[in-house]
Amino acid sequence: MSNPADLLYSSSHEWVKIQGEEAVVGITHFAQESLGDITYVDLPAVGDSVSADSDFGSVESVKAASDLISPVSGEVVAVNEALADAPEKINADAFGDGWLIKVKLSGKPEGLMDAATYEEHCKNEQH
Amino acid sequence: MPFIPHTPDETAEMLSVIGVRTLDDLFADIPQQMRPAHFNLPKGLSEAAVCGYFENLAARNRTEMVSFLGAGFYAHKIPAAVDALSSRSEFYTAYTPYQAECSQGTLQAIFEYQTAVCRLLDMDCANASVYDGGSALFEACMTAVRVSRRKLIVVDECVNPIWRVQLGTYTSDLDVDVRVVPQRNGTSDKQALMAAVTDQCAAVVVQNPNFFGVVDDFSELFAHARSKKALGVISVYPVMQSVLKTPGEMGADIAVAEGQSLGQPLGFGGPYLGIMACRKEHIRQFPGRIAGRTQDLDGKTGYVLTLQAREQHIRRAKATSNICSNQALCALRSLIYLSLMGPQGLAQVAEHNMALARYAVERLTALRGVTLLNTAPYGNEVALRLPIPAEKVVNTLISYNCVPGFPVSRYYNFMDDVLLLACTENNTRQQIGFLAETIGGLL
Amino acid sequence: MKTIFAKSVSGRHAENLVLEPEENAPRTADMLPAELLRKQPPRLPECSELDVVRHFTALSRRNYSVDANFYPLGSCTMKYNPKFTEQVAGLPGFTRLHPMLAQLGRGAACVQGALQVLYDAERWLCELTGMKAFTLQPMAGANGEFTGVKLIAAYHKARGRKRTKMLIPDSAHGTNPASAVLAGFEIVNIESRDGMVDPQALARAIAEHPDDVAGLMMTCPNTLGLMETHLAEIVEELRKVDALLYYDGANMNAIMGKMRVGDVGFDVVHLNVHKTLSTPHGGGGPGAGPVGVSERLVPYLPAPRVERREDDSYRVNFDLPQSIGYIGPFYGSFAVLAKALAYMMRLGGNGLTRASEYAVLNANYLRKRLEDVLDIPFDRICAHEFVASAPEGLRALDIAKGLLDRGIHAPTIYFPLIVKECLMAEPTETESKETLDEYVDALRDIVAEGREHPEKLAAAPQTLPVRRLDETAAARNMILTEDMA
Repeated sequence: MSNPADLLYSSSHEWVKIQGEEAVVGITHFAQESLGDITYVDLPAVGDSVSADSDFGSVESVKAASDLISPVSGEVVAVNEALADAPEKINADAFGDGWLIKVKLSGKPEGLMDAATYEEHCKNEQH
Repeated sequence: MPFIPHTPDETAEMLSVIGVRTLDDLFADIPQQMRPAHFNLPKGLSEAAVCGYFENLAARNRTEMVSFLGAGFYAHKIPAAVDALSSRSEFYTAYTPYQAECSQGTLQAIFEYQTAVCRLLDMDCANASVYDGGSALFEACMTAVRVSRRKLIVVDECVNPIWRVQLGTYTSDLDVDVRVVPQRNGTSDKQALMAAVTDQCAAVVVQNPNFFGVVDDFSELFAHARSKKALGVISVYPVMQSVLKTPGEMGADIAVAEGQSLGQPLGFGGPYLGIMACRKEHIRQFPGRIAGRTQDLDGKTGYVLTLQAREQHIRRAKATSNICSNQALCALRSLIYLSLMGPQGLAQVAEHNMALARYAVERLTALRGVTLLNTAPYGNEVALRLPIPAEKVVNTLISYNCVPGFPVSRYYNFMDDVLLLACTENNTRQQIGFLAETIGGLL
Repeated sequence: MKTIFAKSVSGRHAENLVLEPEENAPRTADMLPAELLRKQPPRLPECSELDVVRHFTALSRRNYSVDANFYPLGSCTMKYNPKFTEQVAGLPGFTRLHPMLAQLGRGAACVQGALQVLYDAERWLCELTGMKAFTLQPMAGANGEFTGVKLIAAYHKARGRKRTKMLIPDSAHGTNPASAVLAGFEIVNIESRDGMVDPQALARAIAEHPDDVAGLMMTCPNTLGLMETHLAEIVEELRKVDALLYYDGANMNAIMGKMRVGDVGFDVVHLNVHKTLSTPHGGGGPGAGPVGVSERLVPYLPAPRVERREDDSYRVNFDLPQSIGYIGPFYGSFAVLAKALAYMMRLGGNGLTRASEYAVLNANYLRKRLEDVLDIPFDRICAHEFVASAPEGLRALDIAKGLLDRGIHAPTIYFPLIVKECLMAEPTETESKETLDEYVDALRDIVAEGREHPEKLAAAPQTLPVRRLDETAAARNMILTEDMA
């Protein structure tokens, strides 16, 4: 599955969709595939602040757990509540229904990759 | 060679398959200078000789004494079927049920144990057990620290001092503060506890019945804790829990217990059983193994270890705990015990022992200078004030083949004259009569 | 199979440990106010004794166990558990003893036999490992690790310094980092080279964290089943900065009588008596994890310590001002420790050495015979266990399930993490050559099946009470009790 061109990507496999002052954050298709069937997502609450390169939660599968590293800084304005009962949405649609949080940005995101660079990054990681 | 089946011919053949000459050649990676400086262990003994050694030492212990010693660890009777069933080697020579398909016995037993614990304590979820009551208390506090993201743990001084010392030891290198709220005459200082539970507090920890035997209700304290977003943690005595108000009814977030009283012998200190249960919303932060029910490829019901992403073998440094085993066989024993006792049998034991404790109070407080430490309700254990130091009474009565209880001054200041006395179904009214007469003779 | 709760019949009773209350005896409702009582009795099973016996007998038949099956679970040392040890640990002279009796003045005189068991066990463990003293308190291996790293923390603290880093090789068990974190340490990962701790990587890590390395936790032989060959250099590197060396005793069954960890420079060691000293695993516990220390760590050991007086009597000493405190409530898992001592006495020094020799013989024999069946990444003499990878195109998981269908417990799979499709087998010394040969034949058969009929192997096991279980559904649906269904 290809990585949408309108998103930005972090080296720890989160994606960011910038929408003016806000950004939607999720994990990539590549990330969900390496985790396997996701069984649980731990997310912050609305109103919490997140900062770039710090943990903001975790995703779990049966045999693995992975910290979520925020690609952006700001305040959480929305959380994907549907994931509490249906974490499998991340497996089914990582770039869409499987989004994680929406953040009101406190600064311009830095150090993120475009789709082509990220694809290269994933290739290197598989080796 | 005990327990090694190899014949000399087989050993020779195996060495030649490997391509070495002697057994010691297999240890070539350990150079001579790293070999043992000495290895002065005695020669092996016959099975009979080893058994003889232990029988001789066992005979040097005095187990025929009349005892009223409890203090969190109780001499309850254990139905023979508990030993018979838990001695089945299909249970005790198995290991961790990682291969679920060939471990359904152990896994279903854990699931049933979790169910029994939750029903006894009125909680949503339980884990497969931890080492003992003290480590369970520590793990409960750390769960609260993770859930609340706070560092202050408020502990009632009426919690068993042994478990409080363990808690202090376990947290001493962590960024966690433990604050003890002093007891008053063997009862919890509820006002001080309420005041200590602020919005900085991760958990408030209490015990019921408390160390002094006092039966209490912590509903208000837990409601207050909830209003401050702190967790209510309670340690209970499982046998008494058959009749007492439950952690669930009081609104506790986490309930723990020393499970020794449920079918484990006193056994000079272990192995014991750390029981842990919680409300469903805290389960992701809970430590230890947990069994869950699921289905196989054909839709048949089966059991697996679940929520393993919390555990050390997956999360390593970020695991909820470092524990990797549970006290599986002890948990199995407690499940068998509870299945044999049933709700009625267990409540009958609690009732019987409470009645004996009341008889003991009646007889002992009839002696000059002996009073109850306080007027609070109590279960099968009770604290008495004596007119002379309790340690002296204990020491003297031991020579009369009787252990009258526990002198609490070992752990509490200004309580030299306080004796903690427990009654179980191993005690009789005659024994209590003997106790009263003997103590009476000292006063 | 139905649960014991599903078999419950309202009003049925099994055990009455006490007689019906006498007519004039006070009832619970008379003794305690109603607001302190539970509203409903707990919904525990209501069964006859025979119901309970049948239920648990049936459950026991749904388990593999050492007594019934070859159980080559790597890093777990599933050796035979001699029956006489159960008998000695079950003597009423021990089982009926209240642990606090030892702490009550003359009460200590009433428990001299039990104290001697603990004292003797400590002496045996000291000579076995070359350590100065042992605490028997830790209640399992991970609990021992925790104790050990806390002792390291105490050592540095007593010298007035705060050291925050614990070095851990990437091949370590997950408990090592988890335990070190509980003792307040941050983990520095040391990458292996050729499956061994690389002294250069170690030196680099020490240089990167000047005056901040508290110690190194090693498993030796390591989890790949290889004896660390750079031990002397490692000890030297650590000594330079006064960092301590921790020995994870998971693999102690490979070295008894051949190397004593105290002699070669380890400062602290935990043993898993349920592995090395043949106490039963109990389906996951109880174990015991005694911790041995070198002279410089003795003052920090947990309280109390069992001591022998000049008149040969024993006492428990709580007067240990520098002690880290209580790890367990009393003196350790007494019954488990008694079994370990009984086992050591039965074998003696020579027998313990032989146990390690034959454990290593069995592992190497298996390794050699499996060379043309599985991929063996390290072509050299192994210790008591070895790692293998599933051959190209096959999965370790399927091979494991195929073994279950052939009546053999699977080896440890997918550990250590640094070996792909890993199968880690530890046969132990108590298994015979025929059993090992049967294991080789079974694996050969499974690999052939995996190549010819992969769908058939993927469907294994077929002969057990259940087939492969849906672990994802278990984690998502969370049915953890009968009442969550």
